[in-house]
Amino acid sequence: MTFYVILEGVISLLLIAGGAFVFIGSLGMAHLPDFYMRLHGPTKATTLGIGCMLVASMLYFWVTEGKPDIQEMLITLFLFITAPVSAHLLAKTGLHLKLKHVEKTAGRPVELRPEEVGEKPVPHPDRGHG
Amino acid sequence: MLDVALFTTLALVIAALALNVYRLAVGPDMPDRLLALDTMYINSIALIGLLGLWLNTKTYFESALLIAMLGFISTVAVCKYLLRGDIIE
Repeated sequence: MTFYVILEGVISLLLIAGGAFVFIGSLGMAHLPDFYMRLHGPTKATTLGIGCMLVASMLYFWVTEGKPDIQEMLITLFLFITAPVSAHLLAKTGLHLKLKHVEKTAGRPVELRPEEVGEKPVPHPDRGHG
Repeated sequence: MLDVALFTTLALVIAALALNVYRLAVGPDMPDRLLALDTMYINSIALIGLLGLWLNTKTYFESALLIAMLGFISTVAVCKYLLRGDIIE
């Protein structure tokens, strides 16, 4: 009996932690001053928050149905793989469009090579030009 | 205990979605709106997971997986469009 009470507490704690992380991520995205800072909130805090929530859901269905199911873990794994990729592409887009940034944001768009921002074509040595 | 936690989490996720809508509306540039839309996809996955917990069913998890995939693909497509002016070169 106490086992189920402890398990319910763990599931509730994971749910609350997930909700708090998701909310903090979105709050950072709504509040921070420039695009490169805003990118931090959703890509890290929100991903961790939804991971917590889906682990809580997996534990709940494991307890109620008696057997584990990896379906929720599949969503978590997919999000943990794709969140850095989309964050990288969004940061590259921001650098390409030369968005305004506040003074303490480090890194400048000149760090990109010309072919990375589309100013000259990418060379393909294996096709004979480059 | 689980009911209280579930409703608290629902309130937090809905507040997060409202903040995303705010950034989607006022975001000064295109990548800001794209970031807000990507975060809205992820928050709606959270909302579907909580709906599954509330109704005590696992029917909706396939739709959560579909939304995750479509969100990633559409974010990448719009990023490619903004970067190169074309999606498939």
